[in-house]
Amino acid sequence: MDRIPILKMGNLLLVSIQVDLQDQLALALQDDLSERIVATGARGVLIDISALEIVDSFIGRMLSTIAALSRLLDAETVVVGMRPAVAITLVELGLYMPGVRTALTLEHGLALLGAEVRVRLPEDEALVDLDADSAEVTDLGAGAAPNGRSALTEGAWSG
Amino acid sequence: MSAGRWTVAPAGGVEPTVERTERHPIVTEADVVRVRQIVRNLAVTAKMSLVDQTKMVTAASELARNTLVYGGGGSMTVDIVDNGRRRGIRAVFVDSGPGIPDMDLALTDGWTSGSGLGLGLSGSRRLVDDFAIESSPGAGTTVRIVKWSR
Repeated sequence: MDRIPILKMGNLLLVSIQVDLQDQLALALQDDLSERIVATGARGVLIDISALEIVDSFIGRMLSTIAALSRLLDAETVVVGMRPAVAITLVELGLYMPGVRTALTLEHGLALLGAEVRVRLPEDEALVDLDADSAEVTDLGAGAAPNGRSALTEGAWSG
Repeated sequence: MSAGRWTVAPAGGVEPTVERTERHPIVTEADVVRVRQIVRNLAVTAKMSLVDQTKMVTAASELARNTLVYGGGGSMTVDIVDNGRRRGIRAVFVDSGPGIPDMDLALTDGWTSGSGLGLGLSGSRRLVDDFAIESSPGAGTTVRIVKWSR
């Protein structure tokens, strides 16, 4: 059977659901995610559902279960990218997914988790390296380096 | 109405049909996914808004899963209908499973006879414009839903 890929990024796990979910696939994702949280010691789980055209009560329950499971395993779950039509439908359906945190975009989701679990993203390390490099470049008269650096710094903090 | 037979509204379709599709079996989980796609395609053809498409497909997904899980499998027919003023989508789900012994209970939010959330019937009823269900113990269940374009 197919599996939904789970990507590790720092101490986060990233899942992007890109297929029309069959029930068994949703159940398999629950199991796989809890195993990966324990195996990797992940502190956060980001689930991107921007490709999902509908979330029915089964998929909604899967998201609630994943959030509850991950909390027991000391990780926080954020569901990102819900389509407006899906949100309207969920409310009318009466499915409020208690315990599931949401964010509009992947970036917001990362910020939400970053604030709580102090994620050190690979970008932070890249920034340190870049600073060291550009300090040398500045000596050679590359005037654009300070500007480029401050833009990067802002990006890193706002993200 | 005989004892044990519950009908909220007549389940036979009364709306004039514009475009008819064949009967789609619901016997596997893959069929539930297929039902969602078929209903989506027809809702697009009927020029339904994105929100209404999403509500109709979600309702169909709930009812298809009910047909499979509680009805032991069955089928769906879905048509484009026209009442003279508006177009809509009508989907009829039929199974020959054990039926629903207590309709009031089955239509209650949060009540479930299985492992679900209990939102399948009550939730899908809220998502559509017309909802009719006919069921009697031992004789299966028929659910008919219609959503009209705005």
